[in-house]
Amino acid sequence: MNVLFLEFWHILLETTRDVLPILALIVGFQLFVLRQPLLRVRRIAVGVVYVVFGLALFLEGLSLALFPLGKTMAAQLSDPEFLTGVQNALPVAAWQEYYWIYIFAALVGFSTTVAEPSLIAVAYKAHEVSAGTINMNGLRFAVAFGVAIGIALGTFRIVHGSPLYVYILVGYVIVVVQTFFAPKQIIALAYDSGGVTTSTVTVPIVAALGLGLAETVPGRDPALDGFGLIAFASLFPIISVMGYAQYAAWKGRRRSKK
Amino acid sequence: MNNRLFILKTLSGFAARKLWSAAMDLLPIVLVIGFFQMFVIRQPLPNLAEVLIGSLLVVIGLTLFVQGLEMALFPVGESLAQALARKGSIFWLLLFAFLLGFATTVAEPALIAIARESGEIAAQSGLIEKTEPVIASYALGLRLSVALSVGIAILVGTLRILRGWPIHYLIIGGYMVVMLMTVFAPPEIVGIAYDAGGVTTSTVTVPLVAALGVGLASIIKGRNPLLDGFGLIAFASLLPMIFVMGYGLFLFR
Repeated sequence: MNVLFLEFWHILLETTRDVLPILALIVGFQLFVLRQPLLRVRRIAVGVVYVVFGLALFLEGLSLALFPLGKTMAAQLSDPEFLTGVQNALPVAAWQEYYWIYIFAALVGFSTTVAEPSLIAVAYKAHEVSAGTINMNGLRFAVAFGVAIGIALGTFRIVHGSPLYVYILVGYVIVVVQTFFAPKQIIALAYDSGGVTTSTVTVPIVAALGLGLAETVPGRDPALDGFGLIAFASLFPIISVMGYAQYAAWKGRRRSKK
Repeated sequence: MNNRLFILKTLSGFAARKLWSAAMDLLPIVLVIGFFQMFVIRQPLPNLAEVLIGSLLVVIGLTLFVQGLEMALFPVGESLAQALARKGSIFWLLLFAFLLGFATTVAEPALIAIARESGEIAAQSGLIEKTEPVIASYALGLRLSVALSVGIAILVGTLRILRGWPIHYLIIGGYMVVMLMTVFAPPEIVGIAYDAGGVTTSTVTVPLVAALGVGLASIIKGRNPLLDGFGLIAFASLLPMIFVMGYGLFLFR
């Protein structure tokens, strides 16, 4: 218990250090550049204490639950005994056998994205920007499908062991081509949506899934193959937002022709 | 007395709502994992008690964190961003943009977690020494290079909004630099570098940076806040890839 407490104290000190720059920036600019007094100092002080404690608790819980959970799931789903149904089975190298991993990855990607608050905000703004041609829920599902396919493809890449940059390069080419054809108003929004779909809770689990997978699949190295899932999850929404906008514009054009 | 009761009631209702929304963040993952444990793997989770306690800590921690941000940092940060945009001094505005990107990224929870994990992986594969200080300094270096890149990204994004540059040329140029860097960077850093792009922008950075962008675009004449306010996050997810690969080049070669 004492050790745990000491560890938490250590994390608390570190998080204080992490929060300090942003506090210094805001207070410094308010007092010295704008030369305006800081209002409601007590409320700010309480808020900062919340931020520090919250961050420390979150990180502690992360290393206790989310990271081990992602790794355990990856290990269980790629265990040779689970894959073949035979006891003391040899490690499996064929990528087709790992289909439960792909399904799991896709489901995690889909379910976490569909409920993501920042995506709901982006969908609302896209609806406004497009003057109503983009349907909010349609966009949300398009992005969630995009993330699901992205993460599933990412786990396939780890199992298969092909280089990450090839997939990202192809994704970039698709984005560039789409940029020239997609409605102009949506482009900046689509680029932004890549960054916002991966939430603070999703990132650690998805990362741990990739690392755990690279540890258990024979011939993979966590340092070389373990990362990259988040890159997939942030590239695919760009494609699906522009794709959905293109689809909505095309539908609008067809309707106006009739 | 009645008054105090009312305040207490609204406060607890508020806290409950926050807790609820943090729990909802976690719920989809819990459902998917629960389903798989029960119907596909059909084995109990090995460390169920720890996972439950940890999840509880995650929910409470995230609730407190977001609540504190909304109480202390967001209101001041947002009014500051708008006041600076109105002030019209480009120097202070750009300095603020850079520091905002840097400071919010340092406090970003997901990045802290991923950087630490990446340090441990690097130590396990013998890229760096397997001692606590070395791992910690590797993780810190990773975070600082990401924070530096996000700072520069927000600065460039702010300039873009001021000057009205089209976003896609900058992004496509950035993609080319990413691919070029991939050729030269040590392969061990490429994965984490690509991931760094998506990790940087979540709980802390997005609201403050979005406030800056939308505030700017609504003050400059002839700009549409809906159109020109976006694009800051896009830079913030692109530049970290380049900078982390640069960090890898600097460290491993």
